[in-house]
Amino acid sequence: MRQIELEILRYDPETDSEPHFETYQVPCDENWVVLDAINHVKDHIDRSVTYRWSCHMAVCGSCGMMVNGEPMLSCKAFIRDYPGKIRVEPLANFPIEKDLVVVMDDFMEKLKASKPYIIPKEPKSVDEGAYTQTPLQLEAFRQYAMCINCMLCYAACPQYALNDEFVGPAALALTYRYNMDSRDGGKAQRAAMFAKSEGVWECSFVGACSEACPKHVDPAQAIQLGKMDSAIDYFKSFLMPWSRS
Amino acid sequence: MEIVSADVAIVGAGGAGLRAAIAIAQEDPSLKVALISKVYPMRSHTVAAEGGAAGVIRAEDSLENHFNDTVAGGDWLTDQDAVELFIEDAPRQLIQLEHWGCPWSRTPEGQPNTRPFGGMKIERTWFAADKSGFHILHTLFQTSIQFESIQRFDEFYATDLILDDGQCRGVVAIEMRTGQITLFKAKSVVIAAGGAGKIFPFTTNGAIKTGDGMAMAYRAGVPLKDMEFVQYHPTGLPGTGILLTEGCRGEGGILVNKDGYRYLQDYGLGPPDPWPRKKAMELGPRDRLSQAFWHEQQKGNTIPTAYGDTVLLDMRHLGEKKINERLPFVRDLASSYMGKDPVHEPVPVRPVVHYMMGGIHTNIDAATPVSGLFAAGECACVSINGANRLGSNSLTELLVFGRRAGLGAAEVARRSAAGNDAAVEAKGREAEARIVALTQREDKGESLATVRDAMSSTLEEGAGIYRTEASMKATCDVLAQLRQREPDICVKDKSKVFNTDLMGLLELQAMLQVAQTVAVSALARQESRGSHQRLDFEKRDDERYLKHTLAAYRGAEEPELSYLDVVITKSQPAERLYGGAADAAAAKKKGDDPGAGKAA
Repeated sequence: MRQIELEILRYDPETDSEPHFETYQVPCDENWVVLDAINHVKDHIDRSVTYRWSCHMAVCGSCGMMVNGEPMLSCKAFIRDYPGKIRVEPLANFPIEKDLVVVMDDFMEKLKASKPYIIPKEPKSVDEGAYTQTPLQLEAFRQYAMCINCMLCYAACPQYALNDEFVGPAALALTYRYNMDSRDGGKAQRAAMFAKSEGVWECSFVGACSEACPKHVDPAQAIQLGKMDSAIDYFKSFLMPWSRS
Repeated sequence: MEIVSADVAIVGAGGAGLRAAIAIAQEDPSLKVALISKVYPMRSHTVAAEGGAAGVIRAEDSLENHFNDTVAGGDWLTDQDAVELFIEDAPRQLIQLEHWGCPWSRTPEGQPNTRPFGGMKIERTWFAADKSGFHILHTLFQTSIQFESIQRFDEFYATDLILDDGQCRGVVAIEMRTGQITLFKAKSVVIAAGGAGKIFPFTTNGAIKTGDGMAMAYRAGVPLKDMEFVQYHPTGLPGTGILLTEGCRGEGGILVNKDGYRYLQDYGLGPPDPWPRKKAMELGPRDRLSQAFWHEQQKGNTIPTAYGDTVLLDMRHLGEKKINERLPFVRDLASSYMGKDPVHEPVPVRPVVHYMMGGIHTNIDAATPVSGLFAAGECACVSINGANRLGSNSLTELLVFGRRAGLGAAEVARRSAAGNDAAVEAKGREAEARIVALTQREDKGESLATVRDAMSSTLEEGAGIYRTEASMKATCDVLAQLRQREPDICVKDKSKVFNTDLMGLLELQAMLQVAQTVAVSALARQESRGSHQRLDFEKRDDERYLKHTLAAYRGAEEPELSYLDVVITKSQPAERLYGGAADAAAAKKKGDDPGAGKAA
């Protein structure tokens, strides 16, 4: 059992003009994660503390927040890795809705605009069975399908901090995921968003997104490969205008 | 009170709710769908499913096998007409998901691959490594984005169904961002709001799984069916309750006690060799495995830890390559949360509450007895799961019955005459007044967390893996007392914005109602069947209990119970046999040498 000092950023738009920190003394089990400590505060100290969480196993993507300045899933940020006091804040680069809850509208709109669904290359009925997709073809996009939409990459991205028109790492990685799927023929329909100036070209390749990703997706790589892909398409459109799809 | 009009309102945007929404959008794009969920769709608990989804695809498998495995696995409490329909549609739904982009793991030839799960005869579980639920959920969510007729209401917490003249006419929900109470007027409603694992203290379930949808239907007059059947998954991590998929054992993992002994052979599941093989030992059904753990614990053969007794799940012999390919998430979870890398060490595990077989009473069309109200997914009970669900049937169930619920609701919406708007709005305002009254409760010093924790611990004591008359009676009494204490809990957070304190209180009310149906239904069933095991009634009793329990709401009182016959089409109740015993029985049936099956 270890007593920690937990600072939580508090902001209620109904009563607060500015966010502020409140500090809580929390007795922690040695195996606890930061989320467990926040839950302790909610249950036993202050019921108004507000945050999102659900699965407690790093897959639902709800509990992303800044832990000592780094974007983390609080259910996978172990107390033992933080020897001193722990400060939690809402994810950077997003408006605060209340306390640790951020407004997700921007990401949800970008996700929708990226057309993250199969636009079939060769439509097929269910009666015709599954598409053939070799393990190698699956590998071409699989890692980009691992995104849990936790938005840590947006909180880490210096470019998104400067310009929220930037489509951003997760949405671009998901666009690339569908473009690379052997069942898909929708690349041209996604190009308007993917290849525009606020698409892949806005990225300055710092790679902070890939470092922040709790699921080891590499959005930075998807974006760089996407740049190459869209450059090739661009030149193809001059050299081989008949090849435009 | 805001008012939103839709043709169909769906409560819950996990696997079943999304599948229902897509079915409606494809069937009739002119129907306006309001998809209401207390979390963003990709946070729904479908995301946490690991192992896979069952559907017959291999040439050597058959629908008959899937039928028999499911019916026997459910200890003959399944409705066999529902099971027949389910297994026939299952492969189609999994192929449909493949067309929508689900990254199923593949055979070298490029077809969806299958793995064995507990209680099944042939490899039948489609999987996407060990993140099958995650991929299914994201595939459905992302696919749903393209349909303009589906309007999402993310982070709206539904509290009440609105019925008028016996017909379901809408849903009341709180918009979390603003605290605004919203009335969704609809011609039909689908509840797909998930299970209620959080009524127990130790569960694989996420925080959101508080039985809201079950309780809402229950209060609206729909009975909850077979609530006494609660599935303990045999392999959860101690402390956190994090699930390690049955796929660990499907791929060849073994369970050993403190002496390194594969104890399952002592409980009618052996012989242990050869291994791996289907429908035996570690690939027995979940109820039997969790019960075997309990017996080992009684014998002192388990390993104590700070978070309860454990046995060991040993996967070392699978090797790093296979573990990385097939079970990467399990490796990450065990390493991160337990400090045990399954490539190098066995992982301590213990049974953990995982799934409610029971739920909102529906027929095979996912329709409840209330006109215009449908339910699908874990919150519903069709029943294809009977007294014990087979692993990997529930993800498929979301698809098969989510779709049917959607189509049924679309049909009702198309032929439904306009309702009495004034009456519906008046009932919406009554619901609003009840919510406002909650926020104005006087502070009597009662703690939400204390009542919640008392509920979950008494449920574990009385309605755990093994049950007795005395323990269940005590639990029923405690739950009745807790329901009396609940009105003394006030809402401390006075903000309208994202008030999780108010939501927590509403969730607690739902959980108390659902918990009571579990305990009261369990006490009344004087037999042992599937996951409902009693030390004082050790045998299954088909004379008295080849029946579904129906628990009906009676306000502050305990629920009223009645019973409904199980539908039997072609499989008469028989002894559930696994391992060598099943092989011997099969061989005997064929007229061969009874001993021949043992070596199979």
